[in-house]
Amino acid sequence: MGIIKAKDVSYQYIRRDEEDNIEDVNVALDKINIEVEKGQFICILGHNGSGKSTFAKHINALLTPSEGTLWVDGLDTSEEDKVMSIRQKAGMVFQNPDNQIIASIVEEDVGFGPENMGVPTDEIWERVIRSLKAVDMWEYRDHSPNKLSGGQKQRVAIAGVMAMEPECIVADEPTAMLDPLGRQEVIEALHQLNREKHVTVILITHYMEEVVDADKVYVMHNGKVSLQGTPREIFSQVERLKELSLDVPQVTLLAHELKQAGLDIQDGILTRQELIDSLPR
Amino acid sequence: MSIILDKVSHVYSPGNAYETTALSNVSLKIEDNEFLGIIGHTGSGKSTLIQHMNGLLKPSSGTIYYNGKDTSKKDFPRKELRSKVGMVFQYPEHQLFEPTVFEDVCFGPKNLGLSKEEVDDRVYEALKLVEFPEELISASPFDLSGGQKRRAAIAGVLAMKPDILILDEPTAGLDPKGRDEILGMIDKMHKKTKNTVVLVSHSMEDIARFVDRIIVMNHGKIEYDDTPKGVFNNYKELEQMGLRAPEITYLMNDMLRYGFDVSSDVTTIEEAKKEILKLYGIN
Repeated sequence: MGIIKAKDVSYQYIRRDEEDNIEDVNVALDKINIEVEKGQFICILGHNGSGKSTFAKHINALLTPSEGTLWVDGLDTSEEDKVMSIRQKAGMVFQNPDNQIIASIVEEDVGFGPENMGVPTDEIWERVIRSLKAVDMWEYRDHSPNKLSGGQKQRVAIAGVMAMEPECIVADEPTAMLDPLGRQEVIEALHQLNREKHVTVILITHYMEEVVDADKVYVMHNGKVSLQGTPREIFSQVERLKELSLDVPQVTLLAHELKQAGLDIQDGILTRQELIDSLPR
Repeated sequence: MSIILDKVSHVYSPGNAYETTALSNVSLKIEDNEFLGIIGHTGSGKSTLIQHMNGLLKPSSGTIYYNGKDTSKKDFPRKELRSKVGMVFQYPEHQLFEPTVFEDVCFGPKNLGLSKEEVDDRVYEALKLVEFPEELISASPFDLSGGQKRRAAIAGVLAMKPDILILDEPTAGLDPKGRDEILGMIDKMHKKTKNTVVLVSHSMEDIARFVDRIIVMNHGKIEYDDTPKGVFNNYKELEQMGLRAPEITYLMNDMLRYGFDVSSDVTTIEEAKKEILKLYGIN
């Protein structure tokens, strides 16, 4: 079994009135089947309200399926006594860095997670050092987080998750509030953790450019997985993605339009180099 | 309806250990009917700058003129400034609070002391401008999608009939379709009502597509003030400031290096397409 396996997972948000009668049922996830192998870099795309974040919250048992089963490293998330171990295996990084930083010094913030897990003090420090170095924030260890840029704060948040030594990191739109450099720093930090520490990464994003280097992409639409494949397979379907309220990277779109205008170019161009190489000479 | 900033500086917490100069000696004139873009890394002074434009912040030194009048003068109608320069903050949907969309959009014009009829007219007009779906006007703002909430929030500002509309990252957190819709709507409205729009964004692609002129902020100073082409030509310098050019500009520069005869100052897909097709004799 993969590190994460969702089998027919459905989730309904149920709204009740004051007398506890059901007012409204909103199906956020509808029979989701996803299997992520250890060490993969996965991206999830989808329009606002497609169920991406609801799914992400299932991976560390913030939510549990209304129907179906979700396993994290073989542990069923709906078994309450497994929740603590699941949260140690799957760490979350959220959109707004200011909501996830709690300490007044960077290294204390990173140490917060392992300290709560009861890790011995010496080892906490080792983990803090390793994590801050892994996201390239070691030189800021004694800074105050509120003086950092958005990208730096978000990398501290990632280090905080890393210090808990999870098998997998779920990042839910971690770059939505960042400037171009900050975005690049955070995406690179996630790739580096994946490459060097073999952490499984699940990245949820609205920026198509961030998806290009993923191993596999899932596209969600109205609570269902409507497309899955490699970035190239996904981004070859320009029209289909537009129907799903999504887009393709700028270079892919340009290549697609050039092809439609009559140039002999292959589908699913992902990078500038690929486009240049495929232009007829 | 011009705004002129003349050597404006702003210092936060002057005189104590946290003293920070957020703006230093910024001079800028925003013309009528302009679509102006502001870019800059986090902490470059963008937000401080726009908060001076509608009088939320006062300069530590320097002067701001609105329609030729000095805004620091005692008799300057500060309240009028706030209604004439509308500000849409980041994540404006967090500020929705009334039980229905209609009432929420009413809030601004109602506070201007207008008659009920006038308020209603303005609300419908504003909701129409943002292309808000008519059947949802009586819905609770909290039942709307992300894009709809944001439209409702922008309508709330438009209902004040501002001459100048300032938007601080209006597309953050929206999916690509939502992004295109909101920006398309703002562009259409700008062309129709000829209002002045100031757009703060981290998306170089969006900026390149819509604005006439870009202000680049860096460490509290204006680094560039030019057309999109003029600004993005300096992509190496922009990278030093935590910014970049649109991906398309990089592509054209790569192509040049590979010996393709293309122009390097292309910033949008539309232009790049023309430029490349020209190489192959396709129009």
